[in-house]
Amino acid sequence: MRKHLNRWSILTLVFALLLTVPLWVLVSFMFEPTNDNWTHLADTLLPEYIINSLWLMLGVTIGTLLLGVPTAWVISQYRFVGKSVLHWALLLPMAMPAYIIAYTYTGLLEFEGPVQTALRTVFDTQTVNLWFPEVRSLGGAIVMFSLVLYPYVYLLARTSFANQSQSVMQASRTLGAGPYKTFFKVALPIARPAIIAGLTLALMETLADFGTVQYFGVPTFTTGIYRTWSGFGDTTTAAQLSILLLLFVVALMMIEVWSRKQAKYFTGNAQPLNQVLPKLKGKHALAAFSLCLLPIVFGFILPALQLLDWSINVASTALNAEFITLVWNTFSLAFITALVTVSIALLFLYIKRLHNNPIIDQSVRIAGLGYAIPGTVIAVAVIIPFAWFDNTLDSWAREHLDISTGLLLSGTLFALVFAYCFRFLSVALQSIQSGLSQIKPSMDESAKTLGANHWTILKRIHIPLLSSSLVTAFLLVFVEVLKELPTTLILRPFNFNTLAVRAYEMAADERLADAGLPALLIVVTGLIPVIILSKMIGKRHA
Amino acid sequence: MPELIIKAIHSAHQKTDILNGISLHLKEGEIGCLLGPSGCGKTTLLRNIAGLHPIRGGEIFLGDQLVSSENTHLATESRKVGMVFQDYALFPHMNIADNIRFGIENYTPKQQQERIATLLELIGLAGKEKRYPHELSGGQQQRVALARALAAKPQILLMDEPFSGLDVELRETLAQQVRCILKTEGITALMVTHSQSEAFAIADSMGVMQQGKLLQWDTAYNLYHKPNHPFVADFIGQGVLIKGTVYSCSQVHTELGILNANVCNCFNPNEAVSVLVRPDDIIHNDDSDWQLEVVNRVFRGSHFLFTLKLNNGEQVLCMSQSHHNHKIGSKIGVKLEMDHAVVFPLQT
Repeated sequence: MRKHLNRWSILTLVFALLLTVPLWVLVSFMFEPTNDNWTHLADTLLPEYIINSLWLMLGVTIGTLLLGVPTAWVISQYRFVGKSVLHWALLLPMAMPAYIIAYTYTGLLEFEGPVQTALRTVFDTQTVNLWFPEVRSLGGAIVMFSLVLYPYVYLLARTSFANQSQSVMQASRTLGAGPYKTFFKVALPIARPAIIAGLTLALMETLADFGTVQYFGVPTFTTGIYRTWSGFGDTTTAAQLSILLLLFVVALMMIEVWSRKQAKYFTGNAQPLNQVLPKLKGKHALAAFSLCLLPIVFGFILPALQLLDWSINVASTALNAEFITLVWNTFSLAFITALVTVSIALLFLYIKRLHNNPIIDQSVRIAGLGYAIPGTVIAVAVIIPFAWFDNTLDSWAREHLDISTGLLLSGTLFALVFAYCFRFLSVALQSIQSGLSQIKPSMDESAKTLGANHWTILKRIHIPLLSSSLVTAFLLVFVEVLKELPTTLILRPFNFNTLAVRAYEMAADERLADAGLPALLIVVTGLIPVIILSKMIGKRHA
Repeated sequence: MPELIIKAIHSAHQKTDILNGISLHLKEGEIGCLLGPSGCGKTTLLRNIAGLHPIRGGEIFLGDQLVSSENTHLATESRKVGMVFQDYALFPHMNIADNIRFGIENYTPKQQQERIATLLELIGLAGKEKRYPHELSGGQQQRVALARALAAKPQILLMDEPFSGLDVELRETLAQQVRCILKTEGITALMVTHSQSEAFAIADSMGVMQQGKLLQWDTAYNLYHKPNHPFVADFIGQGVLIKGTVYSCSQVHTELGILNANVCNCFNPNEAVSVLVRPDDIIHNDDSDWQLEVVNRVFRGSHFLFTLKLNNGEQVLCMSQSHHNHKIGSKIGVKLEMDHAVVFPLQT
């Protein structure tokens, strides 16, 4: 290890540790004694948090598997009318944050909403005794999460099904197995690691969610953390709850890493053959088409129409100077964050490329840890050290200089951008790394042998080859910031609002129609990564 | 009773014709091999037999059962064919024993165990049944794929370029091992490959395909010595075509002199033809008066392959022992050793 200690590796390590300070502060709370709030929590609410989280995870597992796996199978194995659109349209629900789809279904299915009104008209009854399932419930939350998170399962399962060498399935047929045995004994088990990897991603999103469960009144860890922090101002207990939640996340991460490793074995040396897939006709084609259309309609089209309807209704009054400020605030915040995050990622990756050693490798990995940590937890973790720093500096300044420094870090945009950076750095790291790894070291070397200096190599080779992945990284972070709710809610400066927070506040005030416009804007911007994703897949298949 | 009968089959991919009227018989226990360049349709033919690709016309019989015709298509899983795929297609999530077991799950557990043990012994992987495919070398994976395909004693074993993923040095040894295994099991087999050395090592009879047509189905010896088509002559072994003129019913006149050839039924007197000259038809002999100029030479270790210039400028190949280190430009003595010349219509 010692031989790897040089200027660059130490610098990178220190930088990575600084960037992840919130995480280490949080971990230190593991050793802090618990207080009365914790005792109270453990006796009353904590069991409920755990049970609700487990139910959510179980429900979302079933829901995303049911929606994601059959669609992936049909799309990867057959040709049918409409497939060329459906195969990417199935990703559309990714653009819809869970809390936003929760608002739309509440609006659609409430007593005054279009569905119940229509039902009453059909059954010719104006009375209230028509039973209707309550959307704002644990079951409702499971449906909402399943509708927007199944694309993770779909995407990974489809890739796995498509990459399974056709010959493996044909081998099964030559050995006497019919289509059913082939699916359940060959195709599905081979895809299993990929499906589990997709599922763990969906479950991590479920655990990280704050907006949906808060709105539906389903108490889970995230709402508990928020409540402890904002209601009681008890950072210790909030931090300790966060650690408990992180244990769940770490377990999921371990499953994910394990299944990705498995998946690598399972694809083995198989070469996918370029074969024409069988074409479905008649009722089979119709069944396949409907199967794939269903999740798109309920996960994207219906909610988007509802948002559009709300937006049009309130457009005349809502489109005012205040709204423009809101949009400006949100977009400039996302722009700055994306720029900073991409720059930091680029810096890390170039140091790694030029001075590769195990310490730098690990440092980059540490810096990317934030992606798994729920936004609520990150917010609490950022606010603790920043508030401590501000308070300490302020009291020192009062004592010695007789001035108040006030809030320098906490309660400023700096804290917010820092938290986003920590959370989304791995998004940028991954997409830039994929671009950078295409620039093989031998390309640099061959350019050098052709007489190019560092500057020429950068200008003529790296920048052109890297630009598209830089833009991708930028857009991905940009949209993540736009969608992010709990971090913003907790860390935003006083009187500073974003689209997500506005939608949340309006919905919490039972003014769903007013939530429509900001939510619609988030969803429309959220389409950008979906388009990027489907293009990337298209390119890989071409 | 032949195990495989193919009668004038046609096969197409979308609107492109792949196979045009191919016919073929394979006797029980016989190992056949289809040779041809990539894109000649040989893999499609294999897939037609396996039922992985439908045919548009003609008939395929396995044993006495019609399995494919224009209107018949027996599902792959009901055909009792075994197939070894180019990428082996081993099930990555099952160990070796389970891979082999897959096709014989209707056997009793005891029978399964016995069959697996026999096959593992046969392929030399006894004791490795708990290993997973990714833990094996390419050659081992290849043999497991073979064992898996053989487990249920299929009517016919189909092999699609089974050795193409392996090191060149391994191929021929493995091909001989596979032949040994197939003969032990008494299995009828059809393999496709583009490598003649693999075909020679494994097959009893073989055919050369070109652009969807089977040009010649014969023994290796006949394909080399009596090719019926210039493409076959070119594809199997080395050789060149030189110009000739039909001299009489049994003779052709060429720059090499008058050669014996049976040309009665195919050509008219004085017709211009092409004559195949193999490197082993022209023997280097230092004592010979017949001297030809060396225009190129390739050292092959055990021998030299010389390119020699005839007086009219045509070139022929000549093999010699490898200590005959003649320089380019020098003249060397040669002798002709050709019983019967192979004659084709004039090739341009």
